[in-house]
Amino acid sequence: MSPTPYLVLSVILFTIGGAGVLLRRNALVAFMSVELMLNAANLAFVAFARMHGNLDGQIVAFFVMVVAAAEVVVGLAIIVTIFRTRRSASVDDASLLKL
Amino acid sequence: MTAPTLEYAELAPLITVFGAAVIGVLIEAFVPRRARHTVQVVLALLALVASLVQVIALAGTEVVAAVGAVVIDGPALFLQGTILVLSIISIAFFAERKLEAGGDAFAPAASSLPGSDEERVLVRERRLQTEIYPLMLFAVAGMMLFPAANDLLIMFIALEVLSLPLYLMCGMARRRRLLSHEAALKYFLLGAFSSAVFLFGSAFVYGFAGSLRFSEISTALTTEIGKEGLLLSGVGLMAVGLLFKVGAVPFHAWTPDVYQGAPTPVTAFMAACTKLAAFGAMVRLFYVAFGGVRSDWQPMLWAVAIATMVVGAVVALTQTDIKRMLAYSSIAHAGFVLTALVAADQTATAAILFYLATYGIATLGAFAVVTLVRDSGGEATHLSKWAGLGKRSPIVAGTFALFLLAFAGIPMTSGFVGKLSVFAAAIDGGATPLVIVGVLASAVAAFFYVRVIVLMFFSAPAEEGPTVAVPSVWTTVGISLGAAATLLLGLVPGPLLDLAQQAAVFVR
Repeated sequence: MSPTPYLVLSVILFTIGGAGVLLRRNALVAFMSVELMLNAANLAFVAFARMHGNLDGQIVAFFVMVVAAAEVVVGLAIIVTIFRTRRSASVDDASLLKL
Repeated sequence: MTAPTLEYAELAPLITVFGAAVIGVLIEAFVPRRARHTVQVVLALLALVASLVQVIALAGTEVVAAVGAVVIDGPALFLQGTILVLSIISIAFFAERKLEAGGDAFAPAASSLPGSDEERVLVRERRLQTEIYPLMLFAVAGMMLFPAANDLLIMFIALEVLSLPLYLMCGMARRRRLLSHEAALKYFLLGAFSSAVFLFGSAFVYGFAGSLRFSEISTALTTEIGKEGLLLSGVGLMAVGLLFKVGAVPFHAWTPDVYQGAPTPVTAFMAACTKLAAFGAMVRLFYVAFGGVRSDWQPMLWAVAIATMVVGAVVALTQTDIKRMLAYSSIAHAGFVLTALVAADQTATAAILFYLATYGIATLGAFAVVTLVRDSGGEATHLSKWAGLGKRSPIVAGTFALFLLAFAGIPMTSGFVGKLSVFAAAIDGGATPLVIVGVLASAVAAFFYVRVIVLMFFSAPAEEGPTVAVPSVWTTVGISLGAAATLLLGLVPGPLLDLAQQAAVFVR
């Protein structure tokens, strides 16, 4: 099996995620883009595991899912707290800390 | 199928801290509120001290543990011990309740809205935040695992275990809560982004080597021919993740904002311990796993080191907030450590270990002093308010001056010996141009440290200046320990240098 198509897809997903974090203004959308990047890494890990014929990459994918879930808990807690205070989830409004 | 064996004796320091963190969560659920604060502080202190004792007892051990996933060797034990000492002192700053009327530095409940009735009721009831202690224990455990990680998966898990609690801890300040929330949001979004980049990089390295183990990756460097593209993109992406954690330019943008917005005890803990853990992991990854392709990653780190030293030192000149200034100074220090990292040999490892220990202790002390200088709005962090502090409180200003001199690398302080050893290691490793930039950056940095000292001792006190609060015995002991260690390591650095030298051998 050639892993190339899967890797290309994974790189495309990672790029979309990275662009989302850097370009979108809403903290929730930026956060979803990070999750997309983690999943792109998962896809790459699983494709490589298949290519090498061992299970290490698949195990990593499971751990990454758990880590992503933990990250959701922490991230949503922070974003929701900010939203309740300011009525806005835009990262542009969070600009008190400046030079 | 046989179950894998775990080396419980060697992993005991880690298990103690992880176990105590889990017990801390249970205490939140089952212990009555009035007793909770005391129980949490005592548990955290006991666990950290017990873990430190176990680390000291393990000194000299060189074991590949947990089926090859974790290595307990000299650098790992040295860093674990240092992280534990620093976190024990941090607990003292966390538990300080005399500075803030009716509580500590943390919001009574992180979920209560700033300025709401709920918050006012909680403050009136003198409710204390206790969740910070288990969170801190989780972070410490992650930091201890990070430099001991011997495969890509454990390294990623440790990175997340140390980062996730820190994101939350940053948002828990009692005063200036909007700033604190904002710091938490920025740290979280950028931190999660950099972890994802790190993970994607490790996927590429796994694709190159077909294994997650550092030792097998190192072997694959010589056997796998024709897949250099995968390897190099992987190394680059992983470096981004780690350079973000140490706050190196161009991945430093979060540092000043987070250091300024986070509650100062958390800033102290994070500034000192995260840097130790992240540099420890970085040294192991680059020396053990990627040592065979050093000619490929050295140019990248050269560029990053130069940019980090220059930007850190120059931008610090323009800062008007003491916490931001210390943040930029920490960026410059990351650059100094990177100069030694580029050299990639045993002397360099020893120099980095020593530098990190001295830098950590001085940072902890400096931020703790910042918590003492207060006005009606809480901590007075604007530089103009520090004018004439030496006349009002010579001891506090003198201690702060000592820490600043250590940052500047003035002889007789620990910073001088640390800087000397990293620059010497860099020259041995053939990075003389880097050292020249480093010395110039140190000169620029010395200017702004000395400027603060001049401001404190030689200008007239501000009319409505801040007062210097008298802390409880907790903070006093913490700051005194930091100051004593900074002086002592400057006057007699021999024993710790020898220890770092002995500890600087990686088990592969």
